[in-house]
Amino acid sequence: MRVRRRRRLLRCMRKSRELRSVQNNTAAIRPNDVILVSTFRNEKVRLPYFLRYYRDLGVDHFLFVDNDSTDGTLDYLNGQRDVSVWNTKHSYKRANFGVDWMNWLQRTYGNDHWTLVVDPDEFFVYPFCDTRPIQALTDWLDNSSIRSFSAMLVDVYPKGKLDENPYQEGQNPLEIASWFDSGNYTIKKNATYGNLWIQGGPRSRVFFPETPKSAPALNKIPLVKWTKRYAYVSSTHALLPRGLNQVYDEWGGEKASGALLHTKFLDTFTAKAQEEQSRKQHYAGSREYAAYADKLSEHPELWCKWSEKYINWRQLEILGLMSKGNWA
Amino acid sequence: MTIGIVMLVHNTLDRAEQVARHWTAAGCPVVMHVDMNVPKKTFAAFQKSCSDNSLIVFCKRHRCEWGAWGLVAASQSASELMLQNFPDVRHVYLASGSCLPLRPVQELIDYLAARPRTDFIESATTADVPWTVGGLDHERFTLRFPFSWKKRRFLFDRYVDLQRRLRIKRKIPTGLIPHMGSQWWCLTRQTLSAILQDPERETYDRYFKRVWIPDESYFQTLARQYSSNIESRSLTLSKFDFQGKPHIFYDDHLQLLRRSDCFVARKIWPKANRLYQAFLTDQAGAMKKTEPNPGKIDRIFAKAVERRTRGRDGLYMQSRFPRHGNENGLTSNPYSIFQGFTELFEDFEPWLAKASGARVHGHLFGPERVEFSGGQTLINGALSDSAKKRDYDPQSFLTSLIWNTRGERQCFQFGPADTQDINWLSARDPNAQISVIAGAWAVPLFKSNRDFADIRKEAALLQKIESDHLEILRSVWTKARVRIWKMAEFVEAPMEPIQTIVDEIGPTIPRRLSEAPTMVDLTGFGQFLQNLKNQGMHPYLMGDFPVEQAPVNMSRPSRKPYLVR
Repeated sequence: MRVRRRRRLLRCMRKSRELRSVQNNTAAIRPNDVILVSTFRNEKVRLPYFLRYYRDLGVDHFLFVDNDSTDGTLDYLNGQRDVSVWNTKHSYKRANFGVDWMNWLQRTYGNDHWTLVVDPDEFFVYPFCDTRPIQALTDWLDNSSIRSFSAMLVDVYPKGKLDENPYQEGQNPLEIASWFDSGNYTIKKNATYGNLWIQGGPRSRVFFPETPKSAPALNKIPLVKWTKRYAYVSSTHALLPRGLNQVYDEWGGEKASGALLHTKFLDTFTAKAQEEQSRKQHYAGSREYAAYADKLSEHPELWCKWSEKYINWRQLEILGLMSKGNWA
Repeated sequence: MTIGIVMLVHNTLDRAEQVARHWTAAGCPVVMHVDMNVPKKTFAAFQKSCSDNSLIVFCKRHRCEWGAWGLVAASQSASELMLQNFPDVRHVYLASGSCLPLRPVQELIDYLAARPRTDFIESATTADVPWTVGGLDHERFTLRFPFSWKKRRFLFDRYVDLQRRLRIKRKIPTGLIPHMGSQWWCLTRQTLSAILQDPERETYDRYFKRVWIPDESYFQTLARQYSSNIESRSLTLSKFDFQGKPHIFYDDHLQLLRRSDCFVARKIWPKANRLYQAFLTDQAGAMKKTEPNPGKIDRIFAKAVERRTRGRDGLYMQSRFPRHGNENGLTSNPYSIFQGFTELFEDFEPWLAKASGARVHGHLFGPERVEFSGGQTLINGALSDSAKKRDYDPQSFLTSLIWNTRGERQCFQFGPADTQDINWLSARDPNAQISVIAGAWAVPLFKSNRDFADIRKEAALLQKIESDHLEILRSVWTKARVRIWKMAEFVEAPMEPIQTIVDEIGPTIPRRLSEAPTMVDLTGFGQFLQNLKNQGMHPYLMGDFPVEQAPVNMSRPSRKPYLVR
């Protein structure tokens, strides 16, 4: 395991040469700042709300890798004081789906900081996120000697056809995609890394009804008190050293956990799926995107009678998708 | 006469200063002890910023580490300075930098003025309380602890082991009876000066320097020597989690703290601006509006501990994935499994639904598809009827179904032709009611119009599967409510067993009770418990009862039914 971890770290150093700094405001990072790290391609339409949401939560600095966007993302980010951007034209896939780049950014700028790794369509919710800033959470985690915090992906989707309600720049995507599946998830334990492997939700229900095994993984550990020795292994599903994956209790109790509301399913999704399928830059030969493109031609509806409408984190807590643990 | 505040500070100095100024504004002098670990420069700046206030003084600094002597030394130095510099002071209140006064300072002054001889210090003998986390209770006083628990855990543990093995015991100084309690006390000048000026103090200090967590026992033990009137409770509200760390209060606890009825709370998150603003600027307004309800805080934090240690029964999720045998309830609710009933009765499912009021499914684990009640393709929680998805993880399918339908009894049919992977799970589950008419699988075969060779082959297979299942149901690990009849036996008198099963399921909508039972009068119960505490015996099983409080309000609360699907 130590060898694997070292290899990850060496690899991220090597891959760091692919990154070209566009805007470096990292000098503004103060000790104890919470840093958000993200990689994206052509997501300009989502960024305004994304930045607002996380600034409101109390994130202090953003580290972005822009993978060759052509929609003016860089122009938009230009001049924002709390944003540092790197640009690359290299392959997302060959950088282990962006993980190498992010490992390097975290290693370089996130040492001894709480770092939150999310995609631009993911919105982090945690217990009391409506009343307590993210520093309250990280202070509490520090106090309790907890180094990593789990937040499962919860796919949210609109009622009706995906393109019925076009998403406007700056809009809260949850206004459109506000429904989710509350209780059709399966959990297995990964013996190699000790993390849980969670599948299910609408993507498994609609796109993988016959092959649930190939449905995408939903477990994520996005919030980590980073040190130079740490490395993500596959997306944010698993980390090394393995102890960081122990975000669940095995003796019957509940540890505190959050959720990532995954607002992938907007009207932008159809175009994205087609592009990604042809680019073949995603996991397992974009198998996931192939399944989407295949189904999307039939205009499927993700919504069903048993979908739950998202209200707040307390609802997710009651439904058992996340937990307050012993934070009160 | 006034009270003096001894404040132990180690970080967020700006908050400490804010609170200190609040105390002094009401005329209470404050002696600050700033941890030696705070850099000199920071300390100097802090001292300077407080220098305009003559009521704030600084004492000699000690290095404080959790569980070590430094905290006691700090309290001693600060208290000595307090008693010496401020002869007006009658009570000394020990607080930390993250404590926040909730009620107007004048109320505390009046309260203590009315009790001039009372020492408020939680103090109980080790035998009576289960407070200790980590297994050291009386041994705190009989072993030596030269190694830091935080930094040198390994040496700490080994040294404890070694002493236990060699049966080394320290002698407790004669006359001392070890007591423990919250480190936040409020002592009278008389008691405190008696402790500090004791001719034996050097002996005691030497002894307590090697006691584990002396800040929870030094004053608690010695106060018993001198105090004429100990009220064994802390005036500081402080709640602890399952690891013995204090819970932290945030802005959203404002309402809760308003109703707490305590003088001081700890610990407050330093960035909880609203709390500091509410309680330091508009104190009278902050507290007066609401009826005190201290029990609520107690419940909320007790619940948090229970959630962390026991969790919700039958829930499997990202941060709760119990090992085999540690589930604390394999499923969340009772459910019934019927094997052989649909085979034997023509219209069993609708009949059962009507008789029991429960939700009756077909063969949930059938080979073709999941036969949800009413032929639905999806059910609560968006569980789908795809057999492939179900068979990807049948146990999780069952636990999810029961979890998703909390509040509604589920019944389903089962049989040897179904996916059998849930057999151990349901057998081990006390929530399961399993009724089996053994051999009833033969009836559909009997009615079918198939080649006999096929029938025979199938029958042999089904019989084998069912007998394996019955073996599980009869094993010693089975916790489910299991009833097995041979088909023949059942057919002779079918109604009686069916009646029993349906009675056990019970009507899903129990008749509402028209009247609440009358509670016994609890006036004085809190005082009774307090008296026990004052005798050094802490009753803890019943939870926190306020001492001076009106009797429990008996008017029946109009509770709204709260449904969670």
